[in-house]
Amino acid sequence: MPVFAGSELTCLRGDRLVFTGLEFRIAPGGALVLLGPNGSGKSSLLRVMAGLLKPLRGTLDWDGVPVSEDPDGHRSRVQYVGHLDAVKPVLTAAENLAFWAALAGAADPAANARAALDRLGVPHIAGVPGRYLSAGQKRRLNLARLLAAPATLWLLDEPTVALDRAAIALFEGLIAEHRAQGGMVVLSTHTDIATPGGEELHLDEFAPYADDEEAGDEDHEEEGAAP
Amino acid sequence: MSRFLRLVARDLRLALRQGSDATIAVMFFVLCVVLFPFGVGPEPNILARIAAGVIWVAALLASLLSLERLFQTDYEDGSLELLSLSPLPLEAAVLAKTLAHWLVTGVPLIVAAPLLAVLLNMDAEGFGVLVLTLTLGTPILSLIGAIGAALTLGARRGGVLLSLLILPLYIPVLIFGAGAIDAAINGLTPRPHLLLLAGILAAALPLAPWAGAAALRQAVE
Repeated sequence: MPVFAGSELTCLRGDRLVFTGLEFRIAPGGALVLLGPNGSGKSSLLRVMAGLLKPLRGTLDWDGVPVSEDPDGHRSRVQYVGHLDAVKPVLTAAENLAFWAALAGAADPAANARAALDRLGVPHIAGVPGRYLSAGQKRRLNLARLLAAPATLWLLDEPTVALDRAAIALFEGLIAEHRAQGGMVVLSTHTDIATPGGEELHLDEFAPYADDEEAGDEDHEEEGAAP
Repeated sequence: MSRFLRLVARDLRLALRQGSDATIAVMFFVLCVVLFPFGVGPEPNILARIAAGVIWVAALLASLLSLERLFQTDYEDGSLELLSLSPLPLEAAVLAKTLAHWLVTGVPLIVAAPLLAVLLNMDAEGFGVLVLTLTLGTPILSLIGAIGAALTLGARRGGVLLSLLILPLYIPVLIFGAGAIDAAINGLTPRPHLLLLAGILAAALPLAPWAGAAALRQAVE
């Protein structure tokens, strides 16, 4: 059974220590919800997990093997959904999606793309160029990538931004289905996304000792993040 | 279809639908060369004398025009992050995007060059070599340019910085490119120049994607 774990993770952005001594562990079917105020390092942690960002210290292990020893293998099992939707304005939704599916090695990327758009409840946007899509439609298109190019580990950075209630419910269903098949999900969110049995990771617990100035900043940001 | 070709095909499709990059590069190339008879005067022997250099300098500048956008749009819309996380090695992705860039902006230059050579009254001896040097040289321009485009990603006024960074590196290509044509026109063999150009291309082909990918990894952090 593969387990994705991180230990002693320390992340530096610019000259600011974002978090230090962070530990996590996800088993197949597990979900990890990253919580914390703005600037507490949720996105940074997701980028570290994806391999986009190198941690200053600490290791990520997949099934006991350090990810740094097998970066190609890690890339093939990760799907990352960031803040940016990666939608090309002149390509249709289906073409956008089919490209990512093909890049991930899908046998029939066009069919995958159609099926994924169906599942996300937006089959009608398949032929619409990216520039005419609304923010919510772009987001759905980006999330459809998770289905069109299947991977074990989903790394989702505030995936429900711009989604309507119906889409959030639909998306919760997709997460549950993915976990039931043994997939893993890590997501950061400021809204409630139902992840039954998922663990929570509070990033502010791993914040390094902050001096007065930084503490002031964080207080300020916490206000902004309050629901 | 392999992942590499998928990426080339996507970039070609994007360029085709947007349509501007290819036409801008070749229009700039033509206009730039056409300016010379106005500035230097229409005397055929002067123009014939400088034709090789003028065409090559114009080709350098034209290929610079669209380089800034080589990775820029992918960087801004998040595609670059996904590309660097895809199973396709980032080095191959850089090579694929550079190849697409060359097909879109380099090939039209090669096609337009003989017409401009006629306009500048270039000696007919040089036509074949002109096309040959551009065929060898424009891929080098795209490859070296890709390193610069990756390095200046996210920088303010990246386009200007890119020119300052890249133009000095283009000098050897310019020397051997124009030199080969001059040699052919003067009845000498262009072979050594062409071999040197081919050598630079052979070195740039593995080195540029490698350096470009390293710069892109920095950029997506």
